[in-house]
Amino acid sequence: MSAPVQSSIATRNLNLWYGSFQALINVTVDIKDGLITALIGPSGCGKTTLLRCFNRVNERYGYVTTTGEIKILGKNIYDPDVSLIELRKSVGMVFQRPNPLPISVYENVVFGLRIHSERSQLKRSLLDEAVETSLREVGLWEDLKDRLDTKATGLQLEQQQKLCIARLLPLKPRVILMDEPCSALDVEGTRAIEELMFGLKGRYTILIVTHNMAQARRASDECIFMLLGEMVEHARTEKLFLNPADPRTAEYIEGRYG
Amino acid sequence: MTPPDANVFSETPLVRRKRREEALAKWIFCAMSALMILPLVLIIGYLFERAWPSLSLGFLLEVPTRGMRAGGVWPAFVGTIYLVFLSLAVSAPIGILAAVYLNEYARDNWLNRLINLAVINLAGVPSIVHALFGLGAFVYAARFGYSIISASLTLAIMTLPVIIASTREALASVPRSFREACWNVGATRWQTIRSVVLPNAISGILTGVILQVSRAAGETAPIMFTGAVFFKAVQKGDLFPYSLHDQCMALSMHLYTLSTQVPDVQESIPFATAVVLLGSVLLVNAAAIALRVYLRSRKKW
Repeated sequence: MSAPVQSSIATRNLNLWYGSFQALINVTVDIKDGLITALIGPSGCGKTTLLRCFNRVNERYGYVTTTGEIKILGKNIYDPDVSLIELRKSVGMVFQRPNPLPISVYENVVFGLRIHSERSQLKRSLLDEAVETSLREVGLWEDLKDRLDTKATGLQLEQQQKLCIARLLPLKPRVILMDEPCSALDVEGTRAIEELMFGLKGRYTILIVTHNMAQARRASDECIFMLLGEMVEHARTEKLFLNPADPRTAEYIEGRYG
Repeated sequence: MTPPDANVFSETPLVRRKRREEALAKWIFCAMSALMILPLVLIIGYLFERAWPSLSLGFLLEVPTRGMRAGGVWPAFVGTIYLVFLSLAVSAPIGILAAVYLNEYARDNWLNRLINLAVINLAGVPSIVHALFGLGAFVYAARFGYSIISASLTLAIMTLPVIIASTREALASVPRSFREACWNVGATRWQTIRSVVLPNAISGILTGVILQVSRAAGETAPIMFTGAVFFKAVQKGDLFPYSLHDQCMALSMHLYTLSTQVPDVQESIPFATAVVLLGSVLLVNAAAIALRVYLRSRKKW
């Protein structure tokens, strides 16, 4: 066997308040490197809040207070010497509604490269290569290679969402956060995104928030069940669904509430 | 655990440069916004400084004497109030009701688009053209003569498109979900408008209307062609010196004639007239802001 699986995200006693409402309570979790981890739980349990902590999007709102520790790749991201710009470069995010920028497909993919590189380093050949690699990786290259200059907002929703994932890849992120990436998509689109996640697994740590328990079951390696701001259970997906340790998890999976 | 990597997420020289650019950009934008204050302060300061010798309550209440070279601005002040209120009394109801129709009832068809186009273009017509139209339509064709009523109607035509536009904006800002909630209990469109849409849009509508006060009070061309005169004999402190078919004096017109037509006017008198004009407009705007703050505070979403 290879070396024990390492964790790429680790939180210790993470608490978060929106004003006086505590949305995360003592969350301590280790998310393993290169796996797909699903965050499940009923609405309002803090799944999305937890996800958004990992690239420090929450703190843009003035009334949010956070305590505790979040280590990504072994570095506490709340340390003063952490650069938000570099953090968000390594921790990418995919949103619920596909949000391609209203520019061409090509420019969408190289957008990150452009803002993170010196202009002199951006050779045309380098950009072309990045576009082809990224689009191949998300399975859009064959469909779009002849119309890279069309507007990204005119694509089908499924293609838009894939493009949003492709947009992260040229920056070589280590972690990809997905906030219900399939809720705006139909069956085909959902399946395509799930297959894409399997393709990306191993090279990226993927964390996906989902309301869809069936999706969590078929598309994740590990599962975290959250309830009312607390992390209830974290286990291999098969174990969590077949043999949950906590009665609250069992009841949620049976569909008794939520 | 991965061994802590000292360099992960730390600043690169490129990041440092981007942060410097960011700080510079922010500073420039902030400076430009701060610059907005400057002209206002300068204008008001300059006006007050030049007007100071003539400013007193008497200046507001007195009538002009010695061929405008002494006395106050009472007839012009009252005339402006007449013109503003009459014109808004005409344009506000028409404008608001038209905007309600356009926003709540009208479908997106060619007629609606034509009306939209007309509203936008009407708003862009220069005031001197409105003046000519008022002269032809109200003074001659409708036989109102040179009178307050002609001048007010001309001002009303001028303010109408802006009132329609601002009202539509206020109506459009009422969330669609409120309307859907009403429709889903079987309310008609009119019931929805009366009970939900208008109460929630009223602050925006009123603000739009009141802001037109300053335009109606400040325009000179439309009233000069249709009903404002150089001088009208009025008793001091008379609140109702004009009838609808009289001509009247107005502050903007008064300022114009004082500074261009009357020789040897004491310098502070035109400036004091400007202060009265500016002061009354700012007062009305302040009232509009207070009203909006009050009505906003009652909004609960």
